[in-house]
Amino acid sequence: MCARYQKRILRICRGTGCNSLMAERIHDKLIKLIKDSNLAEFNEVKLTGCHGFCQVGPTIIVDPDNVLYVNLKVNDIERIVEDHLKKDEIVEELLYKDPIDGSLIKDITKIQFYKGQHPIITENCGKINPEVLDEYIQEGGYNSIKKVLKDFSPEEIIKEIKKSGLRGRGGAGFPTGQKWAFCREAPGNQKYLICNGDEGDPGAFMDRTILESDPHSVIEGMLIAAYAIGATRGFAYIRAEYPLAIERFNIALEQAKKAGYLGIDILNSDFSFDIELKKGAGAFVCGEETALMTSIMGKRGMPRPRPPYPATSGLWNSPTNINNVKTYAFIPKIIEKGAEWFSSIGTEDASGTMVIALTGKINNSGLVEIPMGTSIRKIIYEIGGGIPNKKNFKAIQTGGPSGGCIPEKYLDTPLDYSHLTALGSIMGSGGFIVLDEDTCMVELARYFISFIQNESCGKCAPCRIGTKRMLDILSDIVKGKATMEDLADLEKIAEIVKKTSLCQLGQTAPNPVLTTIKYFRNEYESHILDHSCPSLVCENLIEYFIDENLCTGCSICKKNCSAVAIKGNQKEPHKIISNLCIKCGVCFSSCPNKAVYKITGSFKEK
Amino acid sequence: MVQKFIFKVDDNEKVRIKNILSSYEHNGDNLISILQKIQELYGFLPRNIIYYLSRKLKIPIAEIYGVATFYTQFKFHKMGKNLIVCCDGTACHVKGAPLIINFLEGFLGIKSGGTTRDKVFSLETVACLGCCAISPVCIINGDIYGDLTTDKIIKVLNKLKKEKKK
Repeated sequence: MCARYQKRILRICRGTGCNSLMAERIHDKLIKLIKDSNLAEFNEVKLTGCHGFCQVGPTIIVDPDNVLYVNLKVNDIERIVEDHLKKDEIVEELLYKDPIDGSLIKDITKIQFYKGQHPIITENCGKINPEVLDEYIQEGGYNSIKKVLKDFSPEEIIKEIKKSGLRGRGGAGFPTGQKWAFCREAPGNQKYLICNGDEGDPGAFMDRTILESDPHSVIEGMLIAAYAIGATRGFAYIRAEYPLAIERFNIALEQAKKAGYLGIDILNSDFSFDIELKKGAGAFVCGEETALMTSIMGKRGMPRPRPPYPATSGLWNSPTNINNVKTYAFIPKIIEKGAEWFSSIGTEDASGTMVIALTGKINNSGLVEIPMGTSIRKIIYEIGGGIPNKKNFKAIQTGGPSGGCIPEKYLDTPLDYSHLTALGSIMGSGGFIVLDEDTCMVELARYFISFIQNESCGKCAPCRIGTKRMLDILSDIVKGKATMEDLADLEKIAEIVKKTSLCQLGQTAPNPVLTTIKYFRNEYESHILDHSCPSLVCENLIEYFIDENLCTGCSICKKNCSAVAIKGNQKEPHKIISNLCIKCGVCFSSCPNKAVYKITGSFKEK
Repeated sequence: MVQKFIFKVDDNEKVRIKNILSSYEHNGDNLISILQKIQELYGFLPRNIIYYLSRKLKIPIAEIYGVATFYTQFKFHKMGKNLIVCCDGTACHVKGAPLIINFLEGFLGIKSGGTTRDKVFSLETVACLGCCAISPVCIINGDIYGDLTTDKIIKVLNKLKKEKKK
């Protein structure tokens, strides 16, 4: 056994993404093998939160060697223990391979995905064990609350946050310091604080990751906010679809209570504050602040008109401050390092960093933290590593169902609130979905409207009826049954819904439709005029065929076809009976010889 | 003739419900948390329990159902033995989730949200499970299956069907 004086730390990602790929079994096996080989003295296995690089999960980072092992399977662990831990030899096959030049990268800091990032609130993610309080404290945790209780008056905190230029990371981007000041000045004896962890946008998992990987930072941020506005009770509203985030946040709450960071007379001051965890029950509209508050009070989560704003009349008609998970996570860092430091990062319009969930048709999907003002091109082609399978980029969708699609010509736009709004999209909470040439923009618009239609609470007519009508028209378009008048109607209704809906959900719902019409009008026109779907997605406009020259008659497609629409004898070319075909695409994906192709109008693809 | 439905709650169940209620201080503001606990216990919200709850909390039955039906998490019928939850979030959607859902609906002969007659499979779609990096994703009986294709799903389903026969 080699003599080592410095202890190695193997940090294994145990976020939801990696857990779903058997990280738990890998973790157990690693511990067992290290113990069996008597290596435990020099090698520590550590459970950590998300490493951010979900695309290549499960991952292990070996410190201090700075090696990242990716795409691990349970059987790979033996080799890591045998070669790396015993012989100090890096297991090359398990290293990350650059998607562009195919080289193996030994040093984690040289990986493009990490190199372009500027971690502030994700700094501890993947570094500390989120279930151990001491590890958070070792990284300087709970120092900021000690500092403010000792040296800051509530007004001074608010001044500092105002100076930092921090804007709410939930999507709308309201200046945080100003929001706190409103709540502090509002009359009332009882004030409440809410952490909005109802991250409902499909394709977004930033809040989940922070809650899973560094829950104490959110608690500390809430503590500082509560002290600043004078709140004594806090709620963390986390969606039920995030069981691991709920579990870890609960553990963190217990630990913080035990250690005296929550409860009565915190750290021997006269400041008292407690946090209660509320599980969401699956309603997208509850991400809207007034709806979220009615949900906390045990009612149907419906929004109400503002004003009065929550800062003056929120939970049980008392002044309430509500911020996003990420906003709270920034607070301890700003107090620790100062407002000047924070405002020096990013742009004038938006200071600090932005955490985004990069997903869709991209090589490196995962969680990314970058300074505001970074260009979209850099995010996609440097950090994201470009589009897989040599396909062409079509658009990037930001802000979830409330956002829009940004086409290629605006790729150099800097990422901040005003620039994205000018393009018809929004910053949103940070879900970025990359779309390639295989994505039908009309179908995507239909998807978002059907999502909104489903989630509309039904309180106001524009959202309830307007989105329904929009969905009807879009459904007709993807079936090739619509006319150009329908398209004009669609635009008209979209504008009305946008202007007249009660809450943000309805007001922003038309964005995906309006931006796709604006930038991809040709796709709408080919659906309507030529009855064809250029991206070969819309099932009513495509047909599946089998290429007789390529079909070997293996009958795999025939066996898999649940509609019994494929005919043909073994070892003879098969045929699809088009009027029986339900267009599930199972033949297309299961054919070993790629003999199945799709056809629409004049387009054809194998 | 007006038929009168009586939904009885036996004593064992009463104790269980009372325990839940006392941990939430019999407070109607905690209705959602209480319903979540009941669903954890039964797998769905049984009608007799809701009626009983209404009396205990002094909240009208209609109001409880109003709240429960608002949130997609709550179920009102018993689910099948195997629960398939398909993610149709944006990332999954652009990477082929509709094909998978379409295929599952055809394969199982039920629509999303339904349960097969033999109560073996229930199929559901959700907006996002937050595992977007491995999309498209399905959760089958609590296990997450990522990077799905229709033929991957077939293998899993065939395995589950065999287990049923055993």
